[in-house]
Amino acid sequence: MTVDSKLETARAKPLVATVLEVRGLTVAYTTGKRAIVALRDVSLRLAAGELVGLVGPNGSGKTTLIRAVTKTVVPAGGEINLCGDNVTSLSQAEIARRVAVVPQEPLLPEAFTALECVLMGRTPHLKLLQNESAPDFEAARRAMARTDSGELAGRPVGQLSGGERQRVVVARALAQDTPVLLLDEPTAHLDIGHQASVLALMRALCRDEGKAVLAVVHDLTLAAAYCDRLVMLRSNGTVAAEGGASEILRPELLAAVYGAGVDVFPHPRTGSPVVAPWVEGG
Amino acid sequence: MAAPSAEGSGVVRPPPLPRLVLGCAALLAVGLVAIAVGPANVPLGATVRILLSHLPGVDLTDDVPLAWQNIIWEIRLPRVLLAGVAGATLAMAGATYQGVFRNPLADPYLIGVATGASLGVTIVVVSGMDIAAYGLSLLPLAAFAGAITAVVVAYGVARAGGAASGTTLILAGVALSALLTAITAYLMLKSTTNSVTILSMVLGGFNTATWVKLAWMLPYTIPAAVVILAHGRILNVLNLDEQQARQLGVDVERTKLLLLGAASLAAAAAVSVSGTIGFVGLIVPHAVRLMWGPDNRALLPMAIVLGATFLIGADLVARMIDEPSEVPVGIITAVCGVPFFLYLLVRSRVSAH
Repeated sequence: MTVDSKLETARAKPLVATVLEVRGLTVAYTTGKRAIVALRDVSLRLAAGELVGLVGPNGSGKTTLIRAVTKTVVPAGGEINLCGDNVTSLSQAEIARRVAVVPQEPLLPEAFTALECVLMGRTPHLKLLQNESAPDFEAARRAMARTDSGELAGRPVGQLSGGERQRVVVARALAQDTPVLLLDEPTAHLDIGHQASVLALMRALCRDEGKAVLAVVHDLTLAAAYCDRLVMLRSNGTVAAEGGASEILRPELLAAVYGAGVDVFPHPRTGSPVVAPWVEGG
Repeated sequence: MAAPSAEGSGVVRPPPLPRLVLGCAALLAVGLVAIAVGPANVPLGATVRILLSHLPGVDLTDDVPLAWQNIIWEIRLPRVLLAGVAGATLAMAGATYQGVFRNPLADPYLIGVATGASLGVTIVVVSGMDIAAYGLSLLPLAAFAGAITAVVVAYGVARAGGAASGTTLILAGVALSALLTAITAYLMLKSTTNSVTILSMVLGGFNTATWVKLAWMLPYTIPAAVVILAHGRILNVLNLDEQQARQLGVDVERTKLLLLGAASLAAAAAVSVSGTIGFVGLIVPHAVRLMWGPDNRALLPMAIVLGATFLIGADLVARMIDEPSEVPVGIITAVCGVPFFLYLLVRSRVSAH
């Protein structure tokens, strides 16, 4: 009986499914005769229901990592496994049904309306001659409601502010309806209120819908407040540290990785680490 | 630039079918006028009777002179149809280039496709090869070879010089066009026997239209149109940058290759029967986009219908403005198109800053 019940609990216990696994990834770009290594032997895992922050200085390969996962750059080495399949074996459409990307500074065609742009998120689910039907519009409207961009639906994106565009692009990624979301600085153009609400939305998507989110966040305090885990890259494209925010956000490590003096102290209300840079003589 | 709209308000796109039906009606009306009007005064009633008599089982031509019948059926109708098909093709190709290159100024003429095609045709004409076999013509294929070479070179140069700037592609295309036109002119001067054929190619026009030319063109134009129309929604996604299009699941390289191939094949087929006619591919898609929005699923069919209407109208003007002699239709389209191009150039400069 006891043995049986143990087996039962083991079976009933939801398997923490790894949806994204990067192993030993190395990506190099060649400009002219020089080869620049953007990522060097990077490994990380992302499980369903997890919000992981990808942090590190400018040029540490965060955007390159996102591109490698979506097969838009070809790695020099290593392996990327997306929901059980190696990405090299997946078509671009199959990848887009598993992972949606919110790019940094996305270019949007000005004359299209916000709703039309969000509907483009349905592209990987539609056949060549198929047009968007009711479920696609429903997905788009729901995504826009969740990103507080519903009232922008009929406006040409050329007329929107940077922050409004950013919310439209987040909505497009949600409309894509994928188990994995990769966000490249989703908070870059947002005011402090919308920054918090985008990250809170991401956390809710992880908790409630079991999505897995990997977000590049520059603001370490914000990353610490919302992410389950952080992965920190160095400027040479290697992993500097990985773990809970309070474990890895240490002044010595941050000084080594960012080359900047910082103080870290617990937030007076939440206890989550606050990273404050200080300037000598300031 | 546009007036700021109130919170919550916005663009509501009307369904495309009613305006498409109206466009077809306009096309039919302009087409009928173009068939009915000409230096030989064939009365409208006789014109309609001649046209109807080609329907099976109808014969209303008892009292219509044979000369009139020949003018309508063998001269004017193929001319109007050829102008219509060429206009539709050029507008469709222009809209496709604009989408694929994400460049509002792209036009078969301005990016070197048309001059490349006309050089291809010129080389075949000068070489004295047998141009027709099995009812098909070698000319559209030669034009396609020239067109695709031109587009690859112009796009390659624009990419190397930074694809971000939309005008780089046009500069490369215009420079390339100048070179290709120079080579064509040289071949024309060297080959005295064919110079008239080549000159009419360079100037562009429908004065030599025949049913045979129409038959040469359609096997290339129709498949190209099917491919392009099927990709309307994907063409919208290509309006984003390449990275985003890929991340939305579009196989960008393959799709671009397919669409550029189709557009260039269609444009080359048009050039091989009508010569280089500029700006149709620029004016028509833009007018449609300005009036009814950028969704290519609605834009492409409308551009096809209005492209046909526009070029039939322009050819009518070219025939009648200086009667009894003719003005090359390319002059008419350039007179309409260049101010429009300059307006777009200024506007794109303004919005880039």
